[in-house]
Amino acid sequence: MAEYGTQPRMGFFTDTSVCIGCKACEVACKEWNGVPDRGELDLLGSSYDNTGALGSNTWRHVAFVEQSKPAAPAPSTVDLGMPDVGAPGQDEPGVRWLMSSDVCKHCTHAACLDVCPTGSLFRTEFGTVVVQQDICNGCGYCVPACPYGVIEKRESDGRAFKCTLCYDRLGAGMEPACAKACPTDSIQFGELDELRERADERVRTLHESGVPEARLYGRDPDDGVGGDGAFFLLLDEPEVYGLPPDPVVTTRDLPAMWKRAAVTAAGVAAAVAMSFLGRRR
Amino acid sequence: MAECHPVGFQWVMEAKARGAKIIHVDPRFTRTSAVSHVHAALRAGSDIAFLGGLINYVLSNEKDFREYVLAYTNAAAILREDFQDTEDLDGVFSGYDPERRQYDMATWEYEGAPTVPAAGSTDPEQPGEPGSESQHGGEGHQSTARADTYGSGGAAVGGKPKTDETLQHPRCVYQVLKRHFARYTPELVADVCGLPVEQFREIAEAVTANSGRDRTTAWVYSVGWTHHTVGAQYIRTASILQTLLGNIGRPGGGILALRGHASIQGSTDIPTLFNLLPGYIPMPHAHQHQSLDEFVAADAGKTGFWGNMRSYTVSLLKSYWGDSAQPHNDFRFGYLPRLTGDHGTYATVQKQIEGECKGYFLVGENPAVGSANGKFQRLGLANLDWLVVRDLQLIESATFWKDGPEVETGELKPEEIGTEVFFLPAAAHTEKDGSFTNTQRLLQWHHKAVDPPGDARSDLWFYYHLGRIIRERVGDDPRDAPIRDLTWSYPVEGPTGDPSAESVLAEINGHGPDGPLSAYTQLKDDGSTACGCWIYCGVRADGKNQAANRQPGSEQDWVAKGWAWAWPANRRILYNRASADPDGKPWSDRKKLLSWDADQGKWVGPDVPDFEPTKAPDYEPPEGAKAQDALGGRDPFIMQTDGKAWLYVPAGLADGPLPTHYEPFESPVENALYGQQESPTRQTLESPSNPYNPARSEVYPYVFTTYRLTEHHTAGGMSRTLPYLSELQPEFFCEVSPALAAERGLENGGWATIISARTAIEARVLVTERVKPLKVRGRTIHQVGLPYHWGPNGLSRGDAANDLLSIVMDPNVHIQESKAATCDIRPGRRPRGAALPVMVEEYRRRADG
Repeated sequence: MAEYGTQPRMGFFTDTSVCIGCKACEVACKEWNGVPDRGELDLLGSSYDNTGALGSNTWRHVAFVEQSKPAAPAPSTVDLGMPDVGAPGQDEPGVRWLMSSDVCKHCTHAACLDVCPTGSLFRTEFGTVVVQQDICNGCGYCVPACPYGVIEKRESDGRAFKCTLCYDRLGAGMEPACAKACPTDSIQFGELDELRERADERVRTLHESGVPEARLYGRDPDDGVGGDGAFFLLLDEPEVYGLPPDPVVTTRDLPAMWKRAAVTAAGVAAAVAMSFLGRRR
Repeated sequence: MAECHPVGFQWVMEAKARGAKIIHVDPRFTRTSAVSHVHAALRAGSDIAFLGGLINYVLSNEKDFREYVLAYTNAAAILREDFQDTEDLDGVFSGYDPERRQYDMATWEYEGAPTVPAAGSTDPEQPGEPGSESQHGGEGHQSTARADTYGSGGAAVGGKPKTDETLQHPRCVYQVLKRHFARYTPELVADVCGLPVEQFREIAEAVTANSGRDRTTAWVYSVGWTHHTVGAQYIRTASILQTLLGNIGRPGGGILALRGHASIQGSTDIPTLFNLLPGYIPMPHAHQHQSLDEFVAADAGKTGFWGNMRSYTVSLLKSYWGDSAQPHNDFRFGYLPRLTGDHGTYATVQKQIEGECKGYFLVGENPAVGSANGKFQRLGLANLDWLVVRDLQLIESATFWKDGPEVETGELKPEEIGTEVFFLPAAAHTEKDGSFTNTQRLLQWHHKAVDPPGDARSDLWFYYHLGRIIRERVGDDPRDAPIRDLTWSYPVEGPTGDPSAESVLAEINGHGPDGPLSAYTQLKDDGSTACGCWIYCGVRADGKNQAANRQPGSEQDWVAKGWAWAWPANRRILYNRASADPDGKPWSDRKKLLSWDADQGKWVGPDVPDFEPTKAPDYEPPEGAKAQDALGGRDPFIMQTDGKAWLYVPAGLADGPLPTHYEPFESPVENALYGQQESPTRQTLESPSNPYNPARSEVYPYVFTTYRLTEHHTAGGMSRTLPYLSELQPEFFCEVSPALAAERGLENGGWATIISARTAIEARVLVTERVKPLKVRGRTIHQVGLPYHWGPNGLSRGDAANDLLSIVMDPNVHIQESKAATCDIRPGRRPRGAALPVMVEEYRRRADG
């Protein structure tokens, strides 16, 4: 499955359990794609994240989540009745610092693409979703359509921008810039089927090595968007990372809505016709 | 490591994926801590207590790798009867002179085996030069310890010490070590470092369980260990631990120094340091080394590979002065510059302030932001005749005269600064050919990818043409002969006349009568060979640039000798003779590297032996043997005169034969172990612009430490001007715990002013659970974290954290204590203009009063 024409569907598997938050992906993406800097320099006061969120000028975004973790279980050593010296230690909660590089999900059922009136957003031969900048008319329909809040209009330009999964590099047989720059292979690029297998294996390994909280996000082809072309291994609930827990393609109900609208329209038309007919009577 | 060396950290992550346990010991919870199994938060400046605790754990539980320790270390050597330990003298060793704050090391020697000073330091101590009184522990101290004069390898030991192979003799090194660290218990470590006892035990158990015949543990450190008044002793403590556990010279072991930026290893190999010549040959001293014979005298008699000092030196002189260097003129040894004292960076700046040093080159360095006590640096820069700054951007060290902090406070007036500043744009590494030598001693060649923009030129271009023009201008004056006679002929390329970097590499590699040399063992002392750096000899073996080798890992074995070239001789693991047992058999199958093949009569294995390839394990040196011939077949540490790893250093260190926990010079607590509070041999610098915070001051109650972030590069010259990096860390901030924020009324995202005796700076506040208050000596100690990248120039701007620091140094290497000091912090922005020094002065008065 997951084939578009003869070319296998390509995607990202972002394994956040090995992300070190270096932001090389953010910089490599901007360098390769000529994405402008955000202009204003502002310390967000939100851990080491000063990018905030994905947007027209941020196609990769590394989230930094600081968590207090529960205190370790009491040590099982025998109490020798020694005076209590040293740090407070064991009864103090520890800290967990989660890092995760977010990106456009390149959904199987991509609402942005569904709503685009110009055909600027299209599905490539790699199964990715790309905005053709020379066609985009800046209508902005795609912006509210995205269930992840990824795509955004660039204020200075008026058109919509987002990750292209480095469409130009893929065409030249190269991996996307972010994956290339990632030093720990947190961002892995490849055939989606193969990545899903690799991700399943990784989750198994983590579960066996005492990380029961590891789970995949966007891997399931039966979820609300038909599975993501860019999916993730997370160490906590998706909300913790700023990801919607149960994303649904916003155009899912469109056919039904149109159907209902059509019925209603027909009803109205009939009523109007009836009223005319009735008057004639 | 993930924070500052994210690319290298991929290998740690790979090791983790293969089952390695990652332990991160750092005052700060960093990106490294985030992916480590254990993060041990300890108080900045307390690492010797921590490492000493591990040593005590090893010794008191007999967890040392006994066969390794007996065969390859000086554990059995017996010390003199009159040696006294810090345990006997409440924090100082025998031989301490409190007046001069230095040691007479005579009592530290082995019984029956006096140490011989290195490289011509046979003279009694030289008196300090005039004006050096202000630098306690400086010149005079240095010449006693001669820590500057060893190059690599320790001091020489004459003859064989008395030993006790049972390790029971009360004065043998093993027992001395055991007593020295006996009080470094887990409870004491907890009390000094602020580390939970249970966590310390967990680490001690993990490190010892993962060391021995079948397993090895590696330690990786950066300037968090070296930037202390006892920095060299930090590394010594790790060396003792690793040697006791048998983790040196074996795969997966070692102590790895991650350097501050690319090719810092290279800049000590072919040094920018005042006291070294290429290949760790010491710089000759003005009074002691009138001739080559005098210079190499001490080493000529040495055992071990430094016994070939004359060959290395003569070959270097031949590469400098070519045909002009002949036996009858001492190979132009007289042409070399000479030391007259401490010419380190802080001593140089002091000379600038005193008006003695008139000119300064800053090449890829931004001391106005990057060095301790920025004001001291800027006052030096402001008192020069001329200053040359070569950098990628207009850094603060080039613009201090118009927009530095002292201009704002009125302490300096631009119209009164006489320094003429020449700013020359420099090419980046992608814009020139050359090599990087990084932590693993690997020379990696890089090719120019693009031409430098505009007038930017490579450093090689600059120095070559500067030298060429100077040589054209010098006349017949005999004092200019060293410049006239220099070999200065390099092919130039392209319209800008860039010298060929390959030709420089060829000069470094060296040549003999038959063309390019292939190994340093070919070097001769008769003038028939020339070599610019003996340890790099072989980097162009067979006339080929071996540093440019890029054989992928998948196409070779795990040692990967086909990737670039490691000095010396492409050896990947130093002292790897120790990877085999005394008989030459691998310690275990799991950790095998080299082994002795008796049939072939040579050492075999995937790495290049760091040993004479055909020296059998049963080789016993004949009486009177010299250099490497004097080392036995069971002596892996071939740069040492005795071939042994030193658990105890009988000579060569200014501050003691064993590491001892001293408090940082500026510490909020008293030393838990000794009456001696701080390092007795610390090197202070007395200057009105370098005042110190008193120890245990209530005015400066908090510990601060400086560090780096992934997003920026050192003093910012390569990152703060770039939009993509600046937006990722847009301004200077400090990191504090919620508890300290509550105590001082600091708000996340708000402003804080941080004050020391030097100055006050302001920073945005990041309140984070990652900074933990520590319980030390019964008190809660708060630490303030300060990334030091910022200055007033560029896109991303802020005050310079290093302006808060004082200059107080390690007596061995003159490195400043920039990782642990004290401060106060309060909410709000700092005063502007002249009000700033008024506030700082008010703090000082309170602290001193």
